[in-house]
Amino acid sequence: MIFKRKKYISIEAREKPEIKKDLWIKCEQCGKLIYKKKWEENFKICMYCDSYGRMTAHERIAQLADPGSFAEQWGDMVSCDPLEFTGVKSYTDKLKEERQKTGLKEGIITGVCKINGVPCALAVIDAGFIMGSMGSVVGEKFTRAAEYAIEKKLPLVSVSGGGGGARMYEGVISLMQMAKTSAAVGKLKKEGLLYLSVLTDPTMGGIAASFASLGDIIIAEPKALIGFAGPRVIEQTIRQKLPAGFQRTEFLFEHGMIDIISKRAELKDAIGKILLVIHS
Amino acid sequence: MERKYLDFEKPLEAIDKKIEAYAEVKKGGQSNGENGTVGLKQQLSEKTKEIFSNLTDWQIVQLSRHPNRPHMLDYVENIFDDFVELHGDRCSEDDHAVVAGIGKFRGIPVAIAGQQKGRDTKENLFRKFGMAHPPGYRKAMRIMHLAEKLHMPVISFIDTPGANPDIQAEENGQALVIAENLFKMSLLKTPVLCIIIGEGGSGGALGIGVGDRILMQEYSIYSVISPEGCASILWKSQSAAAEAAKALRLTAKALLDMGIIDAIVPEPQGGVHRDWKKAFELTAETVDKHLRELKTIKTDELVELRYQKYRKTGVWLEKEAEENE
Ligand SMILES: [Zn+2]
Repeated sequence: MIFKRKKYISIEAREKPEIKKDLWIKCEQCGKLIYKKKWEENFKICMYCDSYGRMTAHERIAQLADPGSFAEQWGDMVSCDPLEFTGVKSYTDKLKEERQKTGLKEGIITGVCKINGVPCALAVIDAGFIMGSMGSVVGEKFTRAAEYAIEKKLPLVSVSGGGGGARMYEGVISLMQMAKTSAAVGKLKKEGLLYLSVLTDPTMGGIAASFASLGDIIIAEPKALIGFAGPRVIEQTIRQKLPAGFQRTEFLFEHGMIDIISKRAELKDAIGKILLVIHS
Repeated sequence: MERKYLDFEKPLEAIDKKIEAYAEVKKGGQSNGENGTVGLKQQLSEKTKEIFSNLTDWQIVQLSRHPNRPHMLDYVENIFDDFVELHGDRCSEDDHAVVAGIGKFRGIPVAIAGQQKGRDTKENLFRKFGMAHPPGYRKAMRIMHLAEKLHMPVISFIDTPGANPDIQAEENGQALVIAENLFKMSLLKTPVLCIIIGEGGSGGALGIGVGDRILMQEYSIYSVISPEGCASILWKSQSAAAEAAKALRLTAKALLDMGIIDAIVPEPQGGVHRDWKKAFELTAETVDKHLRELKTIKTDELVELRYQKYRKTGVWLEKEAEENE
């Protein structure tokens, strides 16, 4: 749950600190230095080794929603500390820290937008906020998005990327969000509305074992880590190395658990194409 | 079954031994043991009360895993009649971590599903320590759909350390199958009563645990992560498990106060493991009460009430400075 590792480490400054720090990033996979602007234009994909960087929820929305079409809903909702969790760090402190680190209020952004001209309700998880774990706010905002979709007869699109599973600091309340969001998907079924779920790296734990896996159609980005138990937990339990490709998109696709693998650059079109078939 | 004692139960062991010794004497024909037993039983009751009036959350965690605690099949044998076990998920295999079937509860046909733990190593390997693989969740769901079709209530017994952290469970889509169970249970058109009889471990527990009534035995636990797991992640040390247990608020009492569960099933003095007969009686009573209530609710209303039950969970703050619960 504690997110210690920075995904993209800015290179050590030497001669021209301010400039270098902002202009270049180092690929975590191949270690090559990449011109940051180029990398961002390339949807945060390394042009040398094709590895995917994590996108923030805002970046994701900018990529998927038609320009100017996104209107955020329930953006002021924040977590509080229902258990008065007392650990090494209090939940209140942890939340403060994460808000500062990400500039977000919580690990999910919801709203309405158009994708290739088709109006839809949108829920996007940000993997950077307490690892995109499932807390009350994530559960509530997803559920509201689903209910809004029902009210307005819209399709619902969600983009999941969160490796944190459940939000430990919220105890069983966090677990209940899995039931709540899954039941909300149940409502969409009753109303005959499309739910399209996009899985990105990583989609694990509580989010994977609830709404993210319940899409009528599931699209995943290449090489994303998708599963329930974290690889480290499994390795520690079974005391052996995990096979290559374990819990990755391509493996799940081969086992019939994903409809479409879509490269990031083609993701908007992949979603748009489906919406077009059903909603025009 | 050999009686086992947790550290904090040790004072009871000494008294138990004395009572057993008297019983031996009595068997031998000398009958002057009677008075001594009365006194000892009194002493036992007082000592038990003393220990149990002041349990820490960590002690409750240990009680929920007590080796002498009755398991799912013990309840099935003792509070149901004519149980017929049904096997398999109709697509890959029969998962022995989950037991499912049909039977009668006080004359009413019901469907029963639950995790079954083993008593010894051999049995535990067979039962996978009560940690289901995807076929187990599917088997439970199959029986629940049968219940829906035949208008029988579902009674789900929860007793699992959690989802199965192994390669096979992941390769067979553990996340997907748990998600599907949550989704499908939320839509079941028949009463669903869930009862935690030991460990309610995270997604594994929830995977058969979405219902109209969630009951917990007095010394059972329900948690998003094991206290040991939480300790090693947040405290970086497994020895902080007791602290983590407290922070997680995983006891029946805490969860009833938070409105997460609907009722606590009382346990006999000293816990279910010390008096199985009484445990079965108390469990059957509570199940009976809630089943009766659920049977009076029309199906459509029942499903909507179930939705609302989960819909209202969660705590957050919004601009109006309203605290929702
Ligand atoms: Zn690279």
